[in-house]
Amino acid sequence: MDAQVLTGGFSDPAIQAASAFRAVMEAMARPGTIFPITGAVPPAPLSPAAGAVLLTLCDADTSVYLAGAMDCKAVRTWLAFHTGASVVGPAVADFAVGAWDDLGALSQYPVGTSEYPDRSTTLVIELAEMNATGATLAGPGIQTTAQFSLPDVKSFQANNQLFPLGLDFIFTSGDDVAALPRSTQVS
Amino acid sequence: MTQTSDYNFAYLDEQTKRMIRRAILKGLAIPGYQVPFASREMPMPYGWGTGGVQVSAAVLRPEDTFKVIDQGADDTTNAVSIRTFFERTAGIETTTTTGDATVIQTRHRIPEEPLSEGQILVYQVPIPEPLRFLEPRESETRKMHSLEEYGLMHVKLYEDISRHGHIATSYAYPVKVEGRYVMDPSPIPKFDNPKLGDMAAIQLFGAGREQRIYALPPYTNAVSLDFEDHPFEASKADHPCGLCGAEDSYLDEVIIDDDGTRMYVCSDTDYCEGRRAAGFVGAMAQAGDGEILTTQRELEITA
Ligand SMILES: [Zn+2]
Repeated sequence: MDAQVLTGGFSDPAIQAASAFRAVMEAMARPGTIFPITGAVPPAPLSPAAGAVLLTLCDADTSVYLAGAMDCKAVRTWLAFHTGASVVGPAVADFAVGAWDDLGALSQYPVGTSEYPDRSTTLVIELAEMNATGATLAGPGIQTTAQFSLPDVKSFQANNQLFPLGLDFIFTSGDDVAALPRSTQVS
Repeated sequence: MTQTSDYNFAYLDEQTKRMIRRAILKGLAIPGYQVPFASREMPMPYGWGTGGVQVSAAVLRPEDTFKVIDQGADDTTNAVSIRTFFERTAGIETTTTTGDATVIQTRHRIPEEPLSEGQILVYQVPIPEPLRFLEPRESETRKMHSLEEYGLMHVKLYEDISRHGHIATSYAYPVKVEGRYVMDPSPIPKFDNPKLGDMAAIQLFGAGREQRIYALPPYTNAVSLDFEDHPFEASKADHPCGLCGAEDSYLDEVIIDDDGTRMYVCSDTDYCEGRRAAGFVGAMAQAGDGEILTTQRELEITA
């Protein structure tokens, strides 16, 4: 195995995963707010932030869809070595990771069932950059409104219409993470 | 690498923590919905809040400051043992001061002092299903939630009114979250219900025996069920605290001597101590006897 596969995981897994999780949890609890997340050095094209999210949430009990350029040998091998997660297609994925344009139509991902709305995909969307401008967000976790540079508006509005079913989104860019749960109204 | 020494940081193994963390994220994404999770055996009995302990274990970081309250008090056997458990397994700092804590695990109360962003409140939940007393079958309550079939719940509350003239439910009073899921806030007094909604802190609920996790993100709408002709009332004993004189806090009634003399004191011990330290004195507190009274109160609550 080449060296890059063996390295780039958490050097202190329990502690770094605990910190990374808190960043992801705060992000999911406060839609559109950007938090730093560190500890992972994954192979390109995965960002450090996306790598940390995958290390924190994925293991042999979860499946991951690698969209577009993410579906490469370096990422597959790194993910398998550090998490044990299986790589699957979008229709059965617990997590999906990729650039917005590569992730394709949201309708191909499971949105949960009326009795188990939690049985849905969480999409990890790599953004070239993110900031607090763009679409207006409102709903649980947001005191009044928030602004966030969503890659699209209509798709997220349609997803919110499915509530309590729907997809949840984690955005990653460099060392930053933000999120948009299905409960957020987008305009 | 320090994997060996840190592998069981906060007691639980990493795979279990990941499973709980995934459930917490789903709970935050679907406020009020009960996410199933595979509860683990913890080195304490179920009645001691194993659900809350597992949630705390999944969210704690080494730099956190942890507080545990049991019916508002930091010093009960239950609270002390959970605090010690995490001091030992996670090496974290603990506190009894509400404002200094980043993670607060609670049984049956919400602190009087408003919580802020950056704080996390973890509830120990015995029975997460608000519809359980109407329908014992899990398959049926799950269907009722999916169809928003909450009529029976209103009927039960209304029966209270016809029987007692008011809604007699005073603990675990159900709330509707964001107009969608009816949620059991755990057996907090209904006095605490107005604090559930629009709270700045993250609220996480863990039920160990029943294997459910649910959540309220900050600034989430949580409305106590009521009726136009019988609006919800966050009632409490109509007394000031005997020790600190507070008129806005939830009170416990305690017996303070062998003659059965009663007094009302803040159930939130940190709140009460903070007020007394700031110079507030209740009608039944004389300088110097506060400590004795506190001890008596513990005996009463433990009994
Ligand atoms: Zn008091």
